[in-house]
Amino acid sequence: MSADQKPNQRPELAALDDATVAQALTRMHLIRKFEEAAEASYMRGLIHGTMHLSIGQEASAVGTTLPLEAHDYILSTHRGHGHCIARGAEPRLMFAEFFGKETGYCKGRGGSMHIADVEGGNLGANGIVGGGLPIAVGVGMSIKAQKNGRVCMVFFGDGASNEGAFHEALNMASIWKLPVVFVCENNKYGMSMDIGHAMAVANVADRAAAYGMPGHCLDGNDLAGVAAVAKVAIARARSGEGPSLIECKTYRWRGHSKSDRNLYRSKEEIEEWRNQDPIRRLEDELKAHDRFDAATLMKLEEDAQRDIDAAVEFARACPDPDPKDLTRDVYAL
Amino acid sequence: MPSETLEAVREIRELSYAEAVREALGQAMEADERVFLFGEDVGVYGGAFGVSGDLVHRFGKERVIDTPISELGIAGAAVGAAITGMRPVLEIQFSDFVTLAMEQLVNQAAKIRFMFGGKASVPMVVRLPGGSGTGAAAQHSQSLEAWFAHVPGLKVLQPSTPHDAKGMLLAAIDDPNPVLIFEHKLLYKTKGHVPAEAYRVPIGKAAIRREGTDVTIVGSSIMARKAEAAAERLATEGISAEVIDLRSIRPIDFTTIAESVRKTHRLLVVYEGVKTMGIGAEISAMIAESEVFDFLDAPIIRLGGADAPIPYNPVLEKAAVPQEDDIVTAAANLVRRGEA
Repeated sequence: MSADQKPNQRPELAALDDATVAQALTRMHLIRKFEEAAEASYMRGLIHGTMHLSIGQEASAVGTTLPLEAHDYILSTHRGHGHCIARGAEPRLMFAEFFGKETGYCKGRGGSMHIADVEGGNLGANGIVGGGLPIAVGVGMSIKAQKNGRVCMVFFGDGASNEGAFHEALNMASIWKLPVVFVCENNKYGMSMDIGHAMAVANVADRAAAYGMPGHCLDGNDLAGVAAVAKVAIARARSGEGPSLIECKTYRWRGHSKSDRNLYRSKEEIEEWRNQDPIRRLEDELKAHDRFDAATLMKLEEDAQRDIDAAVEFARACPDPDPKDLTRDVYAL
Repeated sequence: MPSETLEAVREIRELSYAEAVREALGQAMEADERVFLFGEDVGVYGGAFGVSGDLVHRFGKERVIDTPISELGIAGAAVGAAITGMRPVLEIQFSDFVTLAMEQLVNQAAKIRFMFGGKASVPMVVRLPGGSGTGAAAQHSQSLEAWFAHVPGLKVLQPSTPHDAKGMLLAAIDDPNPVLIFEHKLLYKTKGHVPAEAYRVPIGKAAIRREGTDVTIVGSSIMARKAEAAAERLATEGISAEVIDLRSIRPIDFTTIAESVRKTHRLLVVYEGVKTMGIGAEISAMIAESEVFDFLDAPIIRLGGADAPIPYNPVLEKAAVPQEDDIVTAAANLVRRGEA
């Protein structure tokens, strides 16, 4: 059913054709299922490391990256599984990395916090809050020098916007009009620190004014709305007009990491945000406009679950790295 | 090395250390479009120590880029440019300011290749003018090279002559890894023979500046120069000192040190960085852990900087780091102790 037959449809949603929406929804499901399986793997003792889950933030990861082209770059955060999947990374290679296996994206050396798919334009997740921000400036310089027309999108959290790296990076990207899109996923907490106590202005996007770039403050759980604004920012970056700052207001349903006992927020608050589940919201809207029926939507979710289950089984069966290779990639030869 | 053979037949051409660095930068930029320079005041100002000079006029503002005062930001930008196909050469105006850039150098540049399972390289060069002796006090005079030598994934160089300053910088720009080059500010005006062609001095190979039989003096950067001068004086006292210029701190050329100690049976390590937990401790421990330990006729002596920030007062400043006299005295004592 074509979108233009539905007069009540929001223009942001109408702008996305069915194939694009199906792909976005699939990736949102894959992120959700990946995170749930990651958590289950931890509970079952299949991994010994930590992880930072992004359940609840799927619309931000998928919506912002949806208008990117295949050769564009992204840089991610410690809460980065979703960004990898949003850019088309293979869950089985991600799980292999998460399980520390030699077959993983980083051969088991990086784990949850450092999944990179350099060939696919994913220049890596980062264990340092704000660590990717200055790197994005250099990627932007590189794109400009090589005149290859690419764009670099860098993700960070609300906590990172209080780091010096944020301010240095935004300033430099702006004075040099670099093709960078800064995406803040504001999930309300820097670990346990409420943003209201950590920041002197109401919105991270307000800070864009200080660096002479557009700042967009968005409902980060609205896939279509996020994608529409990202499209504008990406086009601006690609045309040489310079960077933008997008703030996606969203929420992580789980704690900061596995050690989090959630003492700093209420069950009611978590419940309130669960009711704004970005996946269900999108599905409900699609159904309301008769773009997809329930059976089709159900199938997308089931397919995603099957892919994730297979990815976990693949990763479990993969070999650990050989200790003799411990220092193999410390230096390039 | 063939280029050294060639040098012999070429006309001797003297350049200052700063000019030698500039010549290397210019030749690297001519040869490879991916190479670009950036840092605070490297453009029209010509660099705080005059190293970049006229390069902005030769290569334009797109390739010699003046940056805001944002050390963390520019170090990170070098990382980003390096992993996406460029060859950035970054100047940290005073090496002390690298404290602001530590995150990007230590957590990102050094580790990206490893963390990504070898799927990315970080071919960047960071030049860091450092060292004491200019009356610039505690925040503009430090020697922090040992910090970085402690980080797997980084390479750390300390060329002491104009010849090595040029050849090692060109080797560093070719290198697929992040390389930090600590340049002593007092060396910038020193002159020496510098061949005109774009030659390379290999990273990780020490130079024997003077051969001797009684004691090995190991130093790098300005301490190698001071050790050479001290060795001249020691010779007049009948002491034959072998002087090794490390040139590269990481990787370190332990083979050359070990062979020398085997011959001289005595070791003096001289460095401007703070003595405690420094380069001297590492070299001493490497000897102690090796079979060369059995060749020692006397305990190893470390001559390093005082356990104090660099003071402003010139008398104190001089006292804070090893001087030529200190090297002469320490080497002579070491030889006498070994004989006793």
